[in-house]
Amino acid sequence: MTGTDLIRQTAATLASAIAEGQVSAVEVTQAHLDRIDAVDDRVHAFLQITSEQALESAKAVDAKRAAGERLSALAGVPLALKDVLTMQGVPTTCGSRILEGWRPPYDATVVQRLRANDIIILGKTNMDEFAMGSSTEHSAYGPTHNPWDLDRIPGGSGGGSAAALAAFEAPLAIGTDTGGSIRQPAAVTGTVGTKPTYGAVSRYGLVALASSLDQAGPCARTVLDTALLHAAIAGHDPRDSTSLNQPVPDVVAAARQADVRGMRIGIVKELGGEGYQAGVSQRFRETLEILEHLGAEIVEVSCPHFDYALGAYYLILPSEASSNLAKFDGMRYGLRVGDDGINGVEQVMSMTREAGLGAEVKRRIMLGTYALSSGYYDAYYGSAQKVRTLIQQDFAKAFANVDVLVSPTCPTTAFKLGEKLDDPLAMYLNDVATIPVNLAGNAAMSLPVGLAPEDGLPVGFQIIAPPMADDRLYRVGGAIEAALVDRVGHLFIEEAPAL
Amino acid sequence: MSTETQLMPYAQAVQEFEPVIGLETHVELGTNSKMFCSCATNFGAEPNSQVCPTCLGLPGAMPVLNRAAVEATILIGLALNCSIAPWCRFARKNYFYPDMPKAYQVSQYDEPLCSNGYLDVTVETPDGPQEIRVEIERVHMEEDTGKLTHAGGATGRIHGADYSLVDYNRAGIPLIEIVTKPIPGTGAMAPEVARAYVNELRDVVRALGVSDVRMEEGSLRCDVNVSLNRPGAEWGTRTETKNVNSLRSVERAVRSEIERQAARLDDGGRIIQETRHFHEDTGRSTSGRSKEQAEDYRYFPEPDLVPVAASEAWIAELRATLPELPKLKRARLQDEWNISAFELQSVLNAGALELVEATIAAGVDSAGARKWWTGELARIANERGCDLEALGIEPSHIARIESLIADGSLNDKLARQVLEGVLAGEGDVDSVVAARGLAVVSDDGALLAAIDEALAAQPDVAEKIRGGKVAAAGAIVGAVMKTTRGQADAGKVRALLLERLGVSE
Repeated sequence: MTGTDLIRQTAATLASAIAEGQVSAVEVTQAHLDRIDAVDDRVHAFLQITSEQALESAKAVDAKRAAGERLSALAGVPLALKDVLTMQGVPTTCGSRILEGWRPPYDATVVQRLRANDIIILGKTNMDEFAMGSSTEHSAYGPTHNPWDLDRIPGGSGGGSAAALAAFEAPLAIGTDTGGSIRQPAAVTGTVGTKPTYGAVSRYGLVALASSLDQAGPCARTVLDTALLHAAIAGHDPRDSTSLNQPVPDVVAAARQADVRGMRIGIVKELGGEGYQAGVSQRFRETLEILEHLGAEIVEVSCPHFDYALGAYYLILPSEASSNLAKFDGMRYGLRVGDDGINGVEQVMSMTREAGLGAEVKRRIMLGTYALSSGYYDAYYGSAQKVRTLIQQDFAKAFANVDVLVSPTCPTTAFKLGEKLDDPLAMYLNDVATIPVNLAGNAAMSLPVGLAPEDGLPVGFQIIAPPMADDRLYRVGGAIEAALVDRVGHLFIEEAPAL
Repeated sequence: MSTETQLMPYAQAVQEFEPVIGLETHVELGTNSKMFCSCATNFGAEPNSQVCPTCLGLPGAMPVLNRAAVEATILIGLALNCSIAPWCRFARKNYFYPDMPKAYQVSQYDEPLCSNGYLDVTVETPDGPQEIRVEIERVHMEEDTGKLTHAGGATGRIHGADYSLVDYNRAGIPLIEIVTKPIPGTGAMAPEVARAYVNELRDVVRALGVSDVRMEEGSLRCDVNVSLNRPGAEWGTRTETKNVNSLRSVERAVRSEIERQAARLDDGGRIIQETRHFHEDTGRSTSGRSKEQAEDYRYFPEPDLVPVAASEAWIAELRATLPELPKLKRARLQDEWNISAFELQSVLNAGALELVEATIAAGVDSAGARKWWTGELARIANERGCDLEALGIEPSHIARIESLIADGSLNDKLARQVLEGVLAGEGDVDSVVAARGLAVVSDDGALLAAIDEALAAQPDVAEKIRGGKVAAAGAIVGAVMKTTRGQADAGKVRALLLERLGVSE
C-alpha cells in the first residue's frame, strides 16, 4: 500500500495489515505524519505534533511483532489526542494561553491505556479554550477549519480531533464531551464519535471543564473503529472515584453484530422540527425509514423537561467551570503576568487571568461565580440541579419503553467561521440536542447519515442509550452504517474533498 | 487604635457581662497517606517532597477519598456521641490564595459526616470539680492547605513580604474540624471551660489513636469564639480568634477577649464580627479581616468525589473498636491506684496519665511512678516547654532506675544524675550508670579509706565524736560523700564511721 492508500484505511484494516506484516507501524505512522505535513497548515487540526515519540512507539510495535508478541487490536494505529488530556512531558494547553509552556509530569489514564494498547499518538489537537465552544474558534491558537469546506467550522470544542479524522490525518481520535463536544464535531465533519456513559472512561488527566458532565470518548471514521477505541480506553480507574466499577459492555461485538431487529427506537419529540435545517430533518427521517426497514420499531416519546436542559446546563457548567478554572492563577505553572516584585499576589493572579483567559472563558467564569454566590445559589445552581433530576427522570421513563432514543445530532450542518462568534446564544443553541445526555449521564453516539441536499455538508444522527448500555449505540450505529454503505456504495467520508 | 487594646479588669467584666463561647478545633489525622492521594504525611520532611499531581492540584488530577480518614472521623464522631450521617457529600470552598493549590478547599459544608454530639468536661471550682456538658454541633472532614513562609517585610504576613515560599507537603493532609454549639452560662469559668474542653478533646482523640494531637506541631489547632451580653439580654456579636496554639493560650485568648469586648461595650462601642489573631507573646489579639466584608466561598457539592455512605454495619464495626475513653479510664485508674481526686488531678495536670500507667505496668509502684513523672520530669518538661513525651524518657527507664534504687545500687541523688544522662541522650539507664560510673560505692575498704582520710583532715571533729558528740558525725559523712562524689550510701558511711571510732548512737 502507498502512503495515500494507508491514510484512507480504517483503523481495523490498518491494525490487521500491521499484525500480518503487510505494512509496518512505522510506515503507517510516517504516512499520517506526511499527510499532516501536507494539509494541516490549511486545516489546523493539531496544536502539537509528537513525530519523534510517535515513530519511536511505532518502532516498538514493529519490534514486538518481529519478536512474535501478541499485539492488541489497534496496535500501531495512529491517533490524534485532544489537547485537554495530559501526556507526560508534552505541552498541554487546552487551547488556552494561560497554560502556555506547561508540560504535565504525568499521563492521563486514557493516555496510559492508549500506550498500553500500542496506539500511536501523533499529537495534540486543537479545541475551544478549556472546551468551551461549539466551533473551535475560541482556541487561543486560532481556529480549526472543516475539511469539507475550509471556510466552515469543524464543530467544537473537539474540532481538532474531528477535523483530523475528516482530513485523513489520523484514523482515530480522542475527544471529550461536556455538552456535545465529541458528537457535534463528529456530525459536522461526517465522522463518528461516542460520548460513553458518564464514568465509563476515566477522567484522571482530563483537564476539567465541568466535572459532573465531562466524559472522554472515542472518535473515528467508522462505527467499528470507534468501538475498538472505546474498548481500549474504557473501564474502571481507581484514580477517578467517579469512574464506574462495572464491566464495560462488549461494544466491539455489538458493532459487528449491527442488528436492530426487534429493537424499540424512540424519537424524542422535543429534539427536532422547528429550528432544524430542512436537509438535517430529511436525512434524519430517511434514517428512521432504514431502521424500520431493518426490523426496528419506531415510536415517538416525549421528554418534556428537555426544554429546560439548555438553561440548566448553562448554570451547572459555568458554576463548576468557575471553580475548576480557578487554579489557573499563575502561581505554580503556565503563564504568569505582572510579577515585577512590586505587584502583590492578588494583582499577579488577576493580571495573569486577565491576560491568559479568553472572552468566552471569562464569560462563563463570571456566570458561574454569580450562580454560586450566596443568595443566588438556590435560585440558580440549586434550580438547575432540580431540572437535571427531572431530565434524568424523563430519560428513565423513556428507556422503560424503548431501547435507544434518537435525534438529529445538531440542528444544522457546519456553519461559517465567524458566523456565530458574536452571538453566544446562537452558538449555545447548536448543542440543544446533545446537552440533555450529559445532564443525565447517558451514552450517546453521532454518526453520519448523509449530506444535506441544500449545502452538500454532512448530517449527524444521534443515538442515545441508558447508562452502561453503550453497546446498543454500536448495534444501531453499525446497522445504519452498513445499510448506508449498501445503498451508496461507500462511507460518506469518502466524498470529503481531497485537500 | 486605643480601643483595640483597652481592657476591662476580668472580675468586673464577668460581673457586668455574660460570655458565650464556642470552639472550632482542627485535628490533623495521623493517617499514613493524605486525604485524597497516596502521598506520605511525615512531619518535617524536605519541603515539597511529599507531593503528587493530586495534592499539587495539577490540571487533570483527581481526588480519591482515603478510607482511613473517614474511619477516623467516624471514630471521633462516635467518641463525641454524635450521629453519623448515612449519606453525605464533600463541598468545594472556593477562594484564591497561594497555599491552596486548586484555589478551592475540599471540605464539608451543609452535610457533615457527624453531628449533634456532646463532650463532658470537668473544671476545678472553689466548690470542687464541676462537670459541664459541651454540645458538639458537627465533626467534618477537610483537607489541609500548603504552608506559606513569607520572607522579608515587617509583619511576617504575605503583604509586604519580599517573597513567599510554599511547601505543599501539608496540602491534602486530612483535617477534622470539630465545632461546638455555643456554650452559654459558664460565667467567670469560661476560660477554664474552654481549656478543659480542648484538653478533654485532645485526650479523647489521642485515646482513639487517630492523631498525635500535638498543638506545638499544629496537629491540633484551635479557634475560639467569644461574645458577651448583659445579663438577660440577647447574645452579642461574636469574634473568632485564630492562632491559639496551646492549652494555656486557649484560656488566655478567651479571657483577654472577654476583657476587650467588655471594655468596648462598656464604652458604648459595638463588637464587629471579625477574625482576630492571637499573639502568644503578649497574650492579646489583634484584628484580622472583618467578616462583614468576608469572602463568599461559593460552596457547592464537590463533583469529583462520590458521596460517603457509611452503612450501619460499618459504623457498628467501628463502634466495636472504640477504646476506653479518658473519662472512664480516669475513674478506673484512680480506683486501681487508690489515690485521691486531688492526686489524680496532679497526674493529669502534668499530662502524665499514660506515662504513669505504662510505668506501673513496667513494674514500678503507683507512688514511685507518680513521683517521677509529676515531680522531677514534669519540672524538666516545664523548663524545656515541651510535653513529657518529648523528653525521650521511657517508662522502662524509670522502672530500671527504681529497681536499681531498690537493690541499693543507686541512691536518689545518683538516680537523678542517671536520668540527666538519659535525657542528654547518653543511652539507656545501664549505659549511663556504666559510662558515668554512677553506682553506689559499696566496697567497705574504699569507704574506710575515705573515712580515715576525713578523720585525719578534721582531728577536732574526730575527737568530738569520740567524746560522745555523735551529731558531729555529719561533718565526716559529708566529707566522705564529697570524696566519693555522692556515690556512697550515706547511712552506710555513718555506720562504718561510728564503728571505726567505737561509738554507738
